[in-house]
Amino acid sequence: MTGHLLEFRNVVKRFGGVTALDDFSMTLDQSEILGLIGPNGSGKTTSFNVLTGIYGPTEGQVFFEGQEITGADPRAVYEAGIVRTFQRSRLCLSLSIYDNIMIGDTSRLVRGLWSNLISRRRLEEQLDMTRRQARDLVATFSGHLADRMDQPVGALPMIERRRIEICRALISGPRLLLLDEPSAGMTHDETHQLMDDILDVRARGEGLSIIIVEHEMGVIERITDRCIVLSYGRKIAEGTYAEVAADSEVQNAYLGAD
Amino acid sequence: MTDISLPQSQPSRPWISAAAVIVASGLYSWALLMAEETWQVLSLLVLAVVATGVAIKTGFVRRVERDWAASETRLNRLAFAVLIALILVLSGSHFALLMISTVLLYFVASLGLNIQFGFTGLVNFAGAAFFGAGAYTAAVLGNVLVIPPLLILLAGGLVAMAISLPLLIPIVRTTGHYAAVVTIAFGVLFRTFLEVNEILGGPQGLMVNSMKLFGWDFYNAPSLGNLEISFYLNYALLAAGLAALVFALFRRLERSWIGLHMDAVRLDETAAACFGISVKRTKILAFLLGNVILGVSGALYGMMISFIAPASFTFSDSLLLVSIVLLGGLGSPWGGAIAAAIVVLLPEKLQLLQEYRFLLFSILVMLVLLFRPEGILPRHLRNFFPNRRTDA
Repeated sequence: MTGHLLEFRNVVKRFGGVTALDDFSMTLDQSEILGLIGPNGSGKTTSFNVLTGIYGPTEGQVFFEGQEITGADPRAVYEAGIVRTFQRSRLCLSLSIYDNIMIGDTSRLVRGLWSNLISRRRLEEQLDMTRRQARDLVATFSGHLADRMDQPVGALPMIERRRIEICRALISGPRLLLLDEPSAGMTHDETHQLMDDILDVRARGEGLSIIIVEHEMGVIERITDRCIVLSYGRKIAEGTYAEVAADSEVQNAYLGAD
Repeated sequence: MTDISLPQSQPSRPWISAAAVIVASGLYSWALLMAEETWQVLSLLVLAVVATGVAIKTGFVRRVERDWAASETRLNRLAFAVLIALILVLSGSHFALLMISTVLLYFVASLGLNIQFGFTGLVNFAGAAFFGAGAYTAAVLGNVLVIPPLLILLAGGLVAMAISLPLLIPIVRTTGHYAAVVTIAFGVLFRTFLEVNEILGGPQGLMVNSMKLFGWDFYNAPSLGNLEISFYLNYALLAAGLAALVFALFRRLERSWIGLHMDAVRLDETAAACFGISVKRTKILAFLLGNVILGVSGALYGMMISFIAPASFTFSDSLLLVSIVLLGGLGSPWGGAIAAAIVVLLPEKLQLLQEYRFLLFSILVMLVLLFRPEGILPRHLRNFFPNRRTDA
């Protein structure tokens, strides 16, 4: 047992000869917003992939709410309340906005063949309920999309797709949200707006924790409680944004030592 | 034409254009089935191609599709009524009824394949094997008098499902083309097994007893005064009922969470898994359900043609089924119905093409993929709420 929401304990992930995560340990508390920063290829996305069960770690352990989830499959991780967005948007472009968001709501929906095909009363109730909830969630992020829930996602510009992806992650009421470069391809103002919206949704619920991978340091500075800096898979600094920004090793990692 | 979509300017019966298309299709099918001379058939085909082209260019197709979505239940019922009327009008003709029943059963089979391929992305090149498994089940069980024939249809589906169980391991473990190759191998294996199996008649095949329903043997022609009625009327009506039932099931599946999960698995397995969708379970369900439907349609087909042999369930026949799905549009049931009609009727109506039918279909598939890559009637966005206005 640990008192933390999430804990990485000496996690190592190797791909052949490449060590993507090297003896990585970290903790995250309830309601905390943690920034994960570092140069390209430093292991940020790998840590997400290990956590969400896409890869099993080579060594080490991962705990969530005191339960060990090392090497659990992605479904079990989702059921535990961990959701994510992807660095490159991974929506189903040919499906509607509503359909895409409902893909994120699996844990609450009836799964049996009987209740899906034959006796559909529960399914109808869920359709009505989720229709309203998905609409409200979308309205928070992008008012004009709320009236276009039946449009295919493929017809939307990139920035709207990112918003839909975040709605898909939030619809199930998760405990921990992993954001992988949410601002990629957005202007400064758009990013600003997106972060406000996320904080807005967070304020309504019960202590959602967030880990955010981001290159836009303005975002990190504004919303995170704490930062971890990775370089070549190792943690090289930890603390508030101001602390890590002043750290000489961090400056070397970003700018190169001389 | 007023094409302004203001609420007040909408026509009072928005479904009328779609209803006209259904009735016209019924009349066209009648004309095509009655046409005997090659020039008649050819001119009907030219008419269909020209009419379709004009309808697409003028936006009429889009309008019909929109109207259809707005009053679906009503139009589905009308389509079924027109089908039954067509069957009754043609009740004197063996050939026309056999054609209609064959189209309907191929359509049902294509719906099974569509659950696998169109929804879940599992390419099944052994469709004819599962279809054939149903037909052979009907042949073997048809001799056992204690089994009610309706149950034999179901048994056909269950046997098709049972023989597909060993395939689940490669289906779940592999993705994309690898799974397709496994099904090709299975189809070849199935045919070879039938050919060397003496109990199942070897290469000569088996007789299949006819369908019996509530004591009525489908081999008898229904009599009505002194009208001449073909015994195929029984099969045509039962096939129409089966098609309607499977169509309704297909639609329900599409508009359920399971249908949504099938789409998610097809489009992005990793993302699907990250949101709690069981990729394995979804694939297994789609594969088994599709094969049950293939088996049921095969069982009725066997009873109808009353004689089956391994040569009727070859790799080429599997390709035919896949081409129906591709021509119609992945996941599009109405597209599948049109494509089934084309694939079944064209070579029968144009006897001179009979020998070249596979050449013809390959050209047809290539043309469609070139000019209309999503099929004749591309699938629509899922409409979870077909009979409700949900703009609130």
